[in-house]
Amino acid sequence: MPDLSINFAGIKSPNPFWLASAPPTNSGYQVMKAFDAGWGGAVWKTLGVPVVNVSSRYGGVNYRDKRLIGFNNIELISDRPLADNLREIEEVKKRFPHHAVIASLMVQSRQEWHDIVRDVTNAGADGIELNFGCPHGMCERGMGSAVGQEPEVLRTIVEWVMEVARIPVIVKLTPNISDVTEPARAARAGGADAISLINTIQSIVGVDLDLFAPYPIVDGKGTNGGYCGPAVKPIALNMVKNCAQDPDVRLPISGIGGIENWRDAVEHILLGASSVQVCTAAMHFGFGIIREMTAGLEQYMTEKGFHTIYDFVGKALPNVKHWEDLNLKYKVTASINEDKCIGCQLCYTACEDGAHQAIRLQEGTRTPAIIEENCVGCNLCSLVCPVEQCITMERTDDGTQHRTWKERTAADDIPVTFNDERAGGLHHWVPAPAAALGKERHKTLPGKARALGSPQDAVASKATDVLSAS
Amino acid sequence: MAEFSTPTTEQEFDANFAQIKPLMSNTEALYESSRCLFCFDAPCIKACPSGIDIPQFIRQINTGNPTGAAKTIYEANYFGNACGKVCPTEVLCEGACVYNLNEQKPIEIGRLQSHATRKVIDSGHKLFGPGPANGRKVAVIGAGPAGISAACELRALGYEVDVFEARAQPSGLTLYGVAPYKITNAETLAEMDYLEQQFGYRVRYNQRISRREELQALEDTYDAIFLGIGLGATNALLLPGEERQNCVGAVEFIEQLRIGHQQVQVGKKVVVLGGGNTAMDAASESARMGAQDVVLAYRRGKDEMGAYEFEYDLAKAVGVKGLFNVAPVEIVGNGKVEGVRFIRTATVDGQVQAVPGSEFVEPCDMVIKATGQAKQTGFLHLIPGLQLDGKGRIVADARTGQTSNPKYFASGDALNGGAEVVNAAAEAKQTARGIHAFLSGN
Repeated sequence: MPDLSINFAGIKSPNPFWLASAPPTNSGYQVMKAFDAGWGGAVWKTLGVPVVNVSSRYGGVNYRDKRLIGFNNIELISDRPLADNLREIEEVKKRFPHHAVIASLMVQSRQEWHDIVRDVTNAGADGIELNFGCPHGMCERGMGSAVGQEPEVLRTIVEWVMEVARIPVIVKLTPNISDVTEPARAARAGGADAISLINTIQSIVGVDLDLFAPYPIVDGKGTNGGYCGPAVKPIALNMVKNCAQDPDVRLPISGIGGIENWRDAVEHILLGASSVQVCTAAMHFGFGIIREMTAGLEQYMTEKGFHTIYDFVGKALPNVKHWEDLNLKYKVTASINEDKCIGCQLCYTACEDGAHQAIRLQEGTRTPAIIEENCVGCNLCSLVCPVEQCITMERTDDGTQHRTWKERTAADDIPVTFNDERAGGLHHWVPAPAAALGKERHKTLPGKARALGSPQDAVASKATDVLSAS
Repeated sequence: MAEFSTPTTEQEFDANFAQIKPLMSNTEALYESSRCLFCFDAPCIKACPSGIDIPQFIRQINTGNPTGAAKTIYEANYFGNACGKVCPTEVLCEGACVYNLNEQKPIEIGRLQSHATRKVIDSGHKLFGPGPANGRKVAVIGAGPAGISAACELRALGYEVDVFEARAQPSGLTLYGVAPYKITNAETLAEMDYLEQQFGYRVRYNQRISRREELQALEDTYDAIFLGIGLGATNALLLPGEERQNCVGAVEFIEQLRIGHQQVQVGKKVVVLGGGNTAMDAASESARMGAQDVVLAYRRGKDEMGAYEFEYDLAKAVGVKGLFNVAPVEIVGNGKVEGVRFIRTATVDGQVQAVPGSEFVEPCDMVIKATGQAKQTGFLHLIPGLQLDGKGRIVADARTGQTSNPKYFASGDALNGGAEVVNAAAEAKQTARGIHAFLSGN
């Protein structure tokens, strides 16, 4: 049985799954319920001077029939009095002494920071998270992401906090910045014990086509929100990696962004996170998702022979390189499994229109064929194919050669003029432009309608076509 | 058997004949349309006789544009709503869906199609209108799928169109001949109203054209005449006892059922003669009308039936029993039907042969003959120079629908010998363009 417990910068937790500071951690009731369900820790909804919120606070991005692949909110920090929150933190800690309760904080003056750090410490919090990430509302008042975007200010505030902090301090970073390692380094310079990222991304999740207003709509108006949910995971993973690889950061990382199952969590951990935080998935599906997350993580660790989380924290980092360090001699070629192909021809049209014209149709079958000499190994066909393992990318170089852009640059073997003979695509066949127009099957009209001749061709259709005329 | 009790009210009839392709809600349509892969050169389009751009309309439903979806459908097929419900999609679009090859459920194309068309029909949102008048007139005989489709297309092309219909209501077999669990009368007629309001052709109901003088009058008044007359009554079996009470033709039985609903009486035990889709319908309908036993008798083996497999499955599902390799010899009874005398058959070298001495009587109190419809050759012979083939079907140019009498054009069952609503709708649209090409001289 693998050991899921962690000691994150001194904060102990029975497993690496924490609820992020957000609506699910707004009250002691919710946090107790989550711990009871199996969550290892919770970062309390950010405390400070209580706010006043608007009604209509969340917006969603749906993809086809999938709800909330992206999510945003314009809710602010806790709107409950500090004393109520402190009392509930105390109660939770009494009932769950081995679970991690981290108090997220956001205030302005040095004195306020000193006061609130002492208050939450006295209430029994195991750690503190400084909210320097909120990208809506609070930033207009000089807090949240307004701090995270100014490394010098961030460092100053961290220093104020560290003057009185007796428990571990985590700095939560905003992704709304060109280089996230700058505030991460400032956090370290200020004396923080750890960082967490990413907070939400400034966003407009959609516009109402009838009301001409962005979601969520508040009395006909809207504002940018903070974006999160499954859609942001790729951005979060990259930023976690950037901080984990930076030699000047060297702080434990709590990974946040798009985590809703054990796989997402493992990915964050492999790129350097040693705890993970979840919000949107809990808001969407409830606290019960933790059972799948811990079960999946346990099974993965058992199968891989990992005894503790630390056996694989950052394990993928050595394989994340700069582009210039990738092997230009490596070659993969698409291969279609004819037994599995169902003939949708999405690979054909994707390659034809979106890639390198390396797939052709064949007479007498709907199964397309790869034109191997044209295939650059881009993966597109295998990505659009709806059948599991039908199109695979097979290695076609002999594996003996290794040459990177960096090496070629050093050897003065790179294209340098506009028509350089070393252009990578110089000898790659492309069809003549006008050949595109002879492709009858590319027209959008369906086969039979074309054969019959469209009624719009037969008559001055504009007059008969009420819909397009109006 | 007796899974169904005899319906006595409209509600009970509707329950017994619950729609097998019920209307999709918006949510169901969103989920189902999300599954469509948007195949290149999609097999579903190729399998559709009317060539509807199916991936396009499914994508339009999925993007919250059901009006655009309906337009895509109606551009190819004026019976868009009816076809979504009554087409044998299992062997057409849905049968061609690539998901079948992955042993996944195909997209419910028919139901998605009717979802979109019902929205525009219910809203009355007009998608088309008549084209600028070109001063020419066309007479359409028959307001079935062929006739109405031709009328719509001809109006779009600017022709004045008068439709002459023998019955009291339009849409032909869609109203009078399709099983009630496939489409309701109300939705059939709603689509007809929707089309008529947009295109503005005139329909003269209860105007059967049956005499030479009437045809002559049409020939004198109109620039072209479209024949969408369909087929005639059920073929006679020419068996002793066929005239007995409760021995009826399937087409006539179904017509009564569509119009009379629960007022129609069926026997306690019904024998349906035939192995085609109409036989399956008549058998299913008898069971749903409360018949205690329904026997489907076919002179060849089960696998040789002309009916689609899913149609036989539908009949089996309501308790219909198959009786194969039997040929009817006599309808027995005393005034009323009391049974069918059969002789067992064997197929030898493809020929059905009676097995001597194997006669038996299957008792019943109703016989439904689903043995094919006669061609309307008597009427067709009134048209000078009109050529028919050996089976009594009209001979016409495959592309233009023009018959051997250049003023006459034809589509639908009278031309193809009996096919689906979608075939008639597709053929008629093409023939309308053939008429246009002929009359406009190009």
